[in-house]
Amino acid sequence: MQDNESVVGIVSPEVPLLELRGISKQFPGVRALDNVSIKVGKGQVHVILGENGAGKSTLIKCIIGVEKANDGQLLWNGKEIVFKDIKDAYAHGIAAIYQELSNVGCLSVVENMFMGHEILVKNTKNIVDWKAQRIRARHYLSEVGCDVDINTKFEALSMGQKQLIEIARAMERGAQLIIMDEPTASLSRFEIDQILDLMKHLRNNGVSIIFITHKLDEAKLVGDVVTVLKDGKKIGETMDIKDVTEKQIISMMVGRTLKEKYPTREHKIREKILDVEHLTGLKFTDVSFSLNRGELLGIFGLIGAGRTEMARALAGADEKAGGKIIVDGVEKHITSPKNGIKSGIAYLTENRKEEGLILIHDVVENVSLASLKSFESKMKALNLKKRSKISTDICKKLNLRPLLMKRNAMDFSGGNQQKIVLAKWVLVNAKIYIFDEPTKGVDVGAKTEIYTIMNNLLANGAAIIMITSEMEELLGMSDRVMTMYQGHKTGELVNDESTTEEKVMTLATGGKL
Amino acid sequence: MSNQTDNVRIQKPFYKVLFSKFAEAGPLIALLLVVIIFASITDSFLTTRNMLSILKQSSAQCLVALGILLAILTGGNDLSVGSTLGLSMVIMGLTIHAGWNPYLSMLVCALTGAFLGLCNGLIFTKGKLPHPYIVTLGTLNIYRGLCLIITHGTPVSGMPSTITFLGSYSIEKIFPVCIFVVLLFYIIWWFMLTRTTFGRHIYAVGGNPAAARLAGINVNWVLTAVYTLSGLVSGMAALLLCGRTNSIFPTAGQTWETNAIAAVIIGGASFSGGRGSVLGTLTGVLLIQTTTNGLNILGMSSDWQTVFLGSMIILSVFIDVIRNGGFKSVKSLVKNNNKADVKK
Repeated sequence: MQDNESVVGIVSPEVPLLELRGISKQFPGVRALDNVSIKVGKGQVHVILGENGAGKSTLIKCIIGVEKANDGQLLWNGKEIVFKDIKDAYAHGIAAIYQELSNVGCLSVVENMFMGHEILVKNTKNIVDWKAQRIRARHYLSEVGCDVDINTKFEALSMGQKQLIEIARAMERGAQLIIMDEPTASLSRFEIDQILDLMKHLRNNGVSIIFITHKLDEAKLVGDVVTVLKDGKKIGETMDIKDVTEKQIISMMVGRTLKEKYPTREHKIREKILDVEHLTGLKFTDVSFSLNRGELLGIFGLIGAGRTEMARALAGADEKAGGKIIVDGVEKHITSPKNGIKSGIAYLTENRKEEGLILIHDVVENVSLASLKSFESKMKALNLKKRSKISTDICKKLNLRPLLMKRNAMDFSGGNQQKIVLAKWVLVNAKIYIFDEPTKGVDVGAKTEIYTIMNNLLANGAAIIMITSEMEELLGMSDRVMTMYQGHKTGELVNDESTTEEKVMTLATGGKL
Repeated sequence: MSNQTDNVRIQKPFYKVLFSKFAEAGPLIALLLVVIIFASITDSFLTTRNMLSILKQSSAQCLVALGILLAILTGGNDLSVGSTLGLSMVIMGLTIHAGWNPYLSMLVCALTGAFLGLCNGLIFTKGKLPHPYIVTLGTLNIYRGLCLIITHGTPVSGMPSTITFLGSYSIEKIFPVCIFVVLLFYIIWWFMLTRTTFGRHIYAVGGNPAAARLAGINVNWVLTAVYTLSGLVSGMAALLLCGRTNSIFPTAGQTWETNAIAAVIIGGASFSGGRGSVLGTLTGVLLIQTTTNGLNILGMSSDWQTVFLGSMIILSVFIDVIRNGGFKSVKSLVKNNNKADVKK
C-alpha cells in the first residue's frame, strides 16, 4: 500500500457521487442538523470535523436511512433517492462503519462478513456455499492486510481487526462510498496507521470515503477536503484540506460566544479535599490531580479520552489497576461504589436510564435509595413517613415537575429524571460529587436549574468534578479545567479570561500550548 | 400556585385510577370470585372444615412461595425450593433416627434449608454465573439426588409428636397451628420487604442492578441473602409437610417449584424483577389451592386440573400485559403523549 500523493485531489467530477442538499433533522427539543449541504466526489476522502454533539453521527444516520431527515434531499450519482434503511444503502453501494460495530460476537469472521447476503450454491435459494465464502473472505482479508483466521470468533478480535474486517466486508460488496465514524477512536497507534494506510489505498482505487473524526492530525494525513460541523450547522464552506491550518479548523469547531446562562456563584475555594495520584486503569494511565472544597473541576476530552473510565474508577464503580486516592488527607481504598460513598464520593453516571434510575420504581424509592440507612429507626425499621417527607422536600427544592412522588421514574422527562438522580445524591451528603455529563439530553431551562443545584452544593462546601463534552458548559461552570486525550491527562488550566475554547481544544486533541 | 394546578391536571381521571386499583387487586378479586362460584354450585365447599383444610394443605406451599417471591423480586428465580425442602426433611430424618432432641432436629431442618440456599447464593455470586436459573436447576437435581441416595428411595413414617406438632396439631381441634406459622412468616416477610433497608434493596436490585450497585448497594450480598432466606423457608415448609404427613419421604416437595412460581406470578410479580408483593403471593397460592380443591369436589380429574392451572398462569399474565398497554396501537400511544404534552 504505497501512498501516492499525486493522486490526491485530481478527481473532482461534475457529478458528485453523493450530494446532500439542505439536510435538516429535528429531535424533540433539539435541532440536530440545520440545513447541511455537502458533496462527496468519486475517489475523495471527505473529512467531517466537529465536537461531540455537533451532529456528525446524526448526519451519517440520515444518509444511510437510520434516521429520516425532516428536510432536504440526497442525491446519489446525481439522482435523488431516499434509502429505506442501512441494508438499502448497502445495496446501493454505501457502507457505514459505526463506532459500535453491529456484529454477532459468537459467530466467526466469515459468518459475520456474509451475514444477510450469503453466497448461495448455484440454483438453490437457501443453501450456503461455504467454500466460496471462505475463498472470498480470505481474499478480501488479505486485501485489507488483516492477518486473522477466518474461523476466529468475532468477539476474540481487537477493535482494529474488527474495523479492518468491516472494511473488507464493504469492499467485498463493492461499496463505492464507505462512511467511517471515528474509526480510530479506540485503537492503538499501530492499528491507527494500518487503518489510515488502508483509507489511502481505497481512495487510490476510486472508493470515496466520508471520514468522521475529531483528530486533526489524521484528517490532515488522509483527507482531501474538510467540512466543519457545529451545533448541527455547517461552518463556512467545504475546504481543500491543504489550504487550511489546524488553528483555523479549531476556531471553526469551537467559535461561539458564551451566553449568560450560567448562574453566578461566589468563588469560595477552601482547603484541599481530594488528591488523586497516578490513577491507572484499563483505558487511562497515570492521571493525577487535586481538588478543593467549594471548587468545580471540569474535565474535558473527546471520545476515547478515558474521562468516564477514570471517574468510574475513582468512585469505585470500576476496578483500577493502580494509584492512590486521598480524601481529607486519608488514603482510601475504594473497591466498590458502596465503599466510594462511604469515603464521601458520589458518582452521577452519564446514562441515567441505564445506571442512574430504577425506571419501574417511583420517585420516593429512587430518591431515597442511596440513603435508606438514614431513615432507619433504632429497631432497624424504615420510617416511611420521614422518608417520604424528606424525599418530597428535596424534590420540591430541586423543582421536580410534576411533583408526583408516587409516579414511576420512567414517566418523567429527561430533565426531571436527571433531577431525581441529583436528589438521590444530594441526600447522600457527599464531600465530592462527580457529575458525568450532568446536562446530557436535558432542555435549556432544566440545565440552568441543574447548574444552580451544583452551585448550592459548592456553597455548602462540597467539591465537584464535572465531566462534560460541551465546551460552553465547561467554561461557563468550571473553576479549573483539566483535559484528557487518549487516556492521558494533557493539561490543566485555571479558568480565567486567558482560557479560551481554542486552548482547551488544542490540549484535548493532543496538541501543545 | 401554577405548580399545583399542573399537578392536578396531570393526575389520572377517577375511573382510570379505579381501574388501576381494581387491576392491582385482581388476584384478590379472582380469589373471591372462585370462592363464590364454588360455594354456589357445591354444598361441601364453603364449610369451615373445608376452608381450614385448604389452608392447612396449602401451608407448606405458602412458605415455599415466599422463597420464590424473593428470588423473583431480584430478577432471578429459585428452582431448587422443592428439592431443598426434600433434602432438609431427609436430613432432619437422619437426626431423628440418631435420637437427637426433637427440638434440635427441627432447628437442623430449618438451618439445612438455609444452608442449601446459601450454597445457591454463593455458587451464583462467587461463580459469576449468568443467571440463577442455571445454579438452581443444577442444585434442584443435586439436592433431590442426595435425598434418594440417603433414603435409598424409601419413606419413613411415624414421627415424634414434638416434630409433628407444627404441621398437624389443631388448637381446640379446629385451628391448625400451621396457619399461624404461615401467618407469622408472611408478616415478617411483609415487614422486611416494605419496612427495612434490606427489603428495599431487594426491590432495587431487581429493578436495575447497575443503578442499585452504583447507589452503594452490595448487590452480591443481597442476592446471597435472598437465596439463603429462600432456603430457610423451604426448610420450614419441610417441617410443616413432615408434620402433616407424619412421615419423611424422599420425593417431598417434588415439582413444587412450578406451582410456587405460578402463585407468585399470578400474584402480580414481574418476572423481570423489581415488582411483586407478599399479599399478592399469598393470594396466588390460595387461588391455586382453592381452585384445585373446588375442582376436586366437582370431580374434575387431576389431569384436567393441570391443564386448567396452566391456562390460569397464562391468563393472569396476559391480563397484566393488557393492563400495561401491551395491545395499544402506537397511534393511540402517540395521541396520549401529545395530550400529556399539551397539558404540560
